[in-house]
Amino acid sequence: MSTFEIKKSGTVYDAIVVGSGAGGGMAGYVLAHAGLKVLMLEAGPFFDPAKDAQQLKFSYESPRRGASTVRPFGDFDAAYGGWELEGEPYTTKDKTEFNWFRARMLGGRTNHWGRISLRMGPDDFKSHHLDGLTDDWPITYDEVKPFYDKVDRMIGVYGTVEGLRNEPDGIFLPPPKPRLNELFIKQGAEKAGVKVIPGRGSVLTEPLPGNKDRGACFFCGQCGRSCKVYADFSASSCLVIPAIKTGNLKVITNAMVREVLTGPNGMATGVSYVDKNDLQEYQVKAKVVILGASAGESARLLLNSVSSNHPNGLANSSGVVGKYIHDSTGASLGGFLPQLMDRKRYNEDGVGSVHIYTPWWLDNKKLDFPRGYHIEYGGGMHMPSYGFGMGMQSINGLVPGRDGKIKEAGGFGTSLKDDYRRFYGTQVGMAGRGTAIARADNYCEIDKDVVDKYGIPVLKFHYKWTDAEVKQAKHMQETFQEIMHNMGAIITSKPHGPETNYGLEAPGKIIHEVGTVRMGDDPQKSALNKWCQAHDCKNLFVVDAAPFVQQGDKNATWTILALSMRTSEYILDQRKKLNV
Amino acid sequence: MKRRESLKAIGLTALASGLLLDSCKNDTPKVADAPAKTATPEVDPAGREEFELERDKKLRAEIFFTDHEMATITVLGDIIIPKDEKSGSASDAGVPAFIEFIVKDIPDHQLPMRGGLRWLDLQCTNRYSHAFVDCTPQQQLEMVTAIAYPLKAKPEMEQGVAFFNRMRDLTATGFFTSKMGIADIGYAGNAPNRWTGVPEDVLKQYNMQNVKV
Repeated sequence: MSTFEIKKSGTVYDAIVVGSGAGGGMAGYVLAHAGLKVLMLEAGPFFDPAKDAQQLKFSYESPRRGASTVRPFGDFDAAYGGWELEGEPYTTKDKTEFNWFRARMLGGRTNHWGRISLRMGPDDFKSHHLDGLTDDWPITYDEVKPFYDKVDRMIGVYGTVEGLRNEPDGIFLPPPKPRLNELFIKQGAEKAGVKVIPGRGSVLTEPLPGNKDRGACFFCGQCGRSCKVYADFSASSCLVIPAIKTGNLKVITNAMVREVLTGPNGMATGVSYVDKNDLQEYQVKAKVVILGASAGESARLLLNSVSSNHPNGLANSSGVVGKYIHDSTGASLGGFLPQLMDRKRYNEDGVGSVHIYTPWWLDNKKLDFPRGYHIEYGGGMHMPSYGFGMGMQSINGLVPGRDGKIKEAGGFGTSLKDDYRRFYGTQVGMAGRGTAIARADNYCEIDKDVVDKYGIPVLKFHYKWTDAEVKQAKHMQETFQEIMHNMGAIITSKPHGPETNYGLEAPGKIIHEVGTVRMGDDPQKSALNKWCQAHDCKNLFVVDAAPFVQQGDKNATWTILALSMRTSEYILDQRKKLNV
Repeated sequence: MKRRESLKAIGLTALASGLLLDSCKNDTPKVADAPAKTATPEVDPAGREEFELERDKKLRAEIFFTDHEMATITVLGDIIIPKDEKSGSASDAGVPAFIEFIVKDIPDHQLPMRGGLRWLDLQCTNRYSHAFVDCTPQQQLEMVTAIAYPLKAKPEMEQGVAFFNRMRDLTATGFFTSKMGIADIGYAGNAPNRWTGVPEDVLKQYNMQNVKV
């Protein structure tokens, strides 16, 4: 006898939110606080940083000493998931490459991100006039600014008022002071004409005014592990868990959404999902369906939601769903500062986000590539973990020993043991994060031959970098080398040339992918209107990074939060007018 | 919530206030005697996925290196990181047990380690008619010296150099991530504190008093 049946719930929620990261979390927070009955579906388990964070553990508390064998960013990193998930593949075509990082857990990837919280600027929302290479957003910076302001106040971000035109200031908590290496960087960068300013990060360097649920930062530098006192922004601790406390948000974890259901009139009626615990199929209903599953997963869901009203996939009469996917460019360089050998020890963990950074500082009219990048810097006396001390034979022959003579590289014994102490805390690194051009021929689509272990068709990616991104990476390398040289640093990274695209990371590796369900005024060229509402289905909204038309050289999270809040308030407004 | 309250919320008040006082003194922490068996601690299940806990359990139950190989790793490890006036040796810090775990965790280490140990024994048998562990300390040092300096090693020693580079890496990483090694290196963090910037005396030392961001 077959026991396969679909369990249907009679309850009709005001809204279903798919995903619990920055976008989904914010939608759940706003709507639940406004009194709506909201159901949130999360594909991974519950995660509360207060209990589950690996914060304040020493490396020796991990059998692999923090190695990245199981978790790509180290054994204490907060993300459940990675580039590959058991039983949930994705594919690529035409020998192109795309790496898709998925975190299956309450709060998603916000539990482990770098907390670098940058607003997009006026030229990021309206960029067509710069060089004609990209499409404009249907909204301006001025329209989004009030929501950035609200997000700053609600969640908290440190930084400094700089008055830079395309790096809009926010409402800032005090930034952390620079570390010693960062003062050397500041000096070296300035000699190269590269501006360095305090970082901007969503970490509570001071108590957040009016918030009694979150603690202030105690400077362990471990935001990547998520914070037990909620001093950094994770969607779990700052949005979903507070929303649950309103009594209006119900969260079902381990619920992998299969498709968005639509009725005879083409409107969304709810979603179907597989429960990963009992492997049963469920259908749940709502008046409004909100996707915040991530740029990749939201596109996948829409493309898998095929019906007679939506034969091309839901919200896809334009055919743009999946197209225009773009990740930030990234390249990096590392070395060490010989003048810091034998440095005095003290606790300089600081915060787990950037203490300093360089916003884009040049004029493209004088350059051979479009758009720009910002620079993130690192280094210092961090907790030794797996990898510490490796490769000593390639650096200990580069500098004089205690006796003033150049040592023979490699070695063993007390003299080698002393070298590890001498080099500790001398490392310095820098990484660029830049604008990639959104292109229709970079896309994800449904792989017609492959399903995941739940029987859900998977995504197939097609993504190629072009000359624009490669030349940007070349410029990054040249800039980094000049800064390193000015600091008196010795570069230890292997040199990159055209054969490695100047160290340009493969698409997806920076984990800033956006743009798969883009917004716009023209329903022929976009899937969503300027409220992130589907042109083809008025009670369907997308609140993650999928609606982005064109990313700037700004990390996406702060914009996801602002846009999700804006869309959620629009939903409330439309309910009042009885439009949704 | 204020900093002190938030620390209290995770049970850190007493500890934290002590550490905050300590951080004002800017002492280099003293090197404590650490127990040797810290290489593969039992993992706290909170915040770990089910498959991770099962994987760790499975790896712990497996044995990769033979007793002879472990003995060789122990001798080599203590030649690389010996006891000195500041801290103990690699084996004092539990490095051999860490290496046993990590080659199971990262299987790419297995073949080069096993083959490298065998290469070493064969070299020693040809030179001194004994396996490495049965050679005199003098012979062991002579052998290690032949493979420890990549730029001056003889071409026929290259496989030995590659093995020794890996052995040096695993020994150093194992040692300096142990309790003993972290105290030795002087890492002063992983403790609640208030970061107020580079200490004045350090700014002065590097002539950085006037560099502002």
